[in-house]
Amino acid sequence: MLNYPISRFRQWCLAVLFFVWSCPAIASAAEAMPADAAAKPWWFWPLILFFFCLVLGVLAVMAGVGGGVLYVPLVSGFFPFHIDFVRGIGLMVALAGALAAGPGLLRRNLANLRLALPVALIASSCSIAGAMLGLYLSRLNPDLIQTCLGGTILGISLLLLFSKNTEKPVVTKQDAIGLALGLKGVYWDDGARESVEWKTHRTLLGLFMFILIGLLAGMFGLGAGWANVPVLNLLMGVPLKVSVATSKFLLSITDTSAAWIYLNRGCVIPLIAVPSIVGLMLGSILGVRILAVAKPKFIRYMVIIVLMFAGLKALDKGLGLGFLG
Amino acid sequence: MTASDNPNLRPSKEQIIYANLLLMGMVAGLVIMFITYIVYLTGLLPPQVGMDAISANWGKGIHEYLELTHSPNGWGWIPLLGKGDFLNFIGFALLGLMTIVCYVVLVRGYLRKKDWIFAVISVLEIAVLALAASGILGSGGH
Repeated sequence: MLNYPISRFRQWCLAVLFFVWSCPAIASAAEAMPADAAAKPWWFWPLILFFFCLVLGVLAVMAGVGGGVLYVPLVSGFFPFHIDFVRGIGLMVALAGALAAGPGLLRRNLANLRLALPVALIASSCSIAGAMLGLYLSRLNPDLIQTCLGGTILGISLLLLFSKNTEKPVVTKQDAIGLALGLKGVYWDDGARESVEWKTHRTLLGLFMFILIGLLAGMFGLGAGWANVPVLNLLMGVPLKVSVATSKFLLSITDTSAAWIYLNRGCVIPLIAVPSIVGLMLGSILGVRILAVAKPKFIRYMVIIVLMFAGLKALDKGLGLGFLG
Repeated sequence: MTASDNPNLRPSKEQIIYANLLLMGMVAGLVIMFITYIVYLTGLLPPQVGMDAISANWGKGIHEYLELTHSPNGWGWIPLLGKGDFLNFIGFALLGLMTIVCYVVLVRGYLRKKDWIFAVISVLEIAVLALAASGILGSGGH
């Protein structure tokens, strides 16, 4: 009786996989022929981008990563847009996703405002510096930023592959800064049917880490969920659910400051920004529905492989090696 | 025991107000963005930069792009709101300004509770976001 829905689901998954792999291939092929790419009508790339972002949105939810971290390396690697625009729009994409998720996470008390505010102040200030540095380096030589992006994306894919988050870290003693800021809380764990109390430790080191996270988020327009969660969870001892939710909410603040820098510089072109934002948001909604029946672990590994490829492609492009077309 | 039995499990009043404001701003921003994009694509308002000019130049760096398309930077889009392409910036700006509005509410709440540390943190964050949004830092070099 279950054979039919399972086979339908398999067909659907194959179609998604085919699509996500074929889009970069199409884009890559066109990129190798600049004259052809320029000859396309103006609506061609925005339309492809919309469907591409729809699939990215589905995959991002299933792999548990933000849209920005997939958007920037893949779109800068396989679409004909300059990296200045991709980074600016990448931040708008991450911002829209964070704003959409934030209210629900705050209401359910999973995202903790008290934990987010000091962290956000550091990360958002540094993301402004990162955005300005990124735009400066890009003006000097765009290949420089492409190479740094490639290295960062490879690092992120390794981080996603090897980091083992802890669901409920044990914090025996809260440090003085965590205590002074009142960085503690309690949330309801629906799975275990119990309330879970938490507090932070190694708070100062954690806050320092957000300097680097803010810089990278602003410089590459990546969002920063991939870095927020390990720092909050593994370093500061915040439970995984609170870390993930607070990280998502945090992006709505960090990305706002960096997004304004790119927006004011003129790096957000509506013609390509709106299909990206709408595509990724619709994809995320679809992804949440598919998540109930999919195998997220498999998707996660697939996304890590795609990220590694995108990182290598960015390095190849930045260093002008030409191995990957 | 359930989640609703324990008052510690409930989000603070500031957190709820923040969430409600964010939700309203986000929905308004996305709806405006969608409508203005339809206006732009259908040509109800003529664009400042033609679609073909955009697609011919989106592979160039931002400085070259702005020069070639005669596009403004900073808040220079405000006088061009009658143009289909720059009309879309209302939605972007709303999404970018929502967090600042939410923080103003937070400051009031923290001052009332005499939570000075978080009141200062919130004021500083407003200053950082306002500086970023002002265009003082981001719109140079054109």
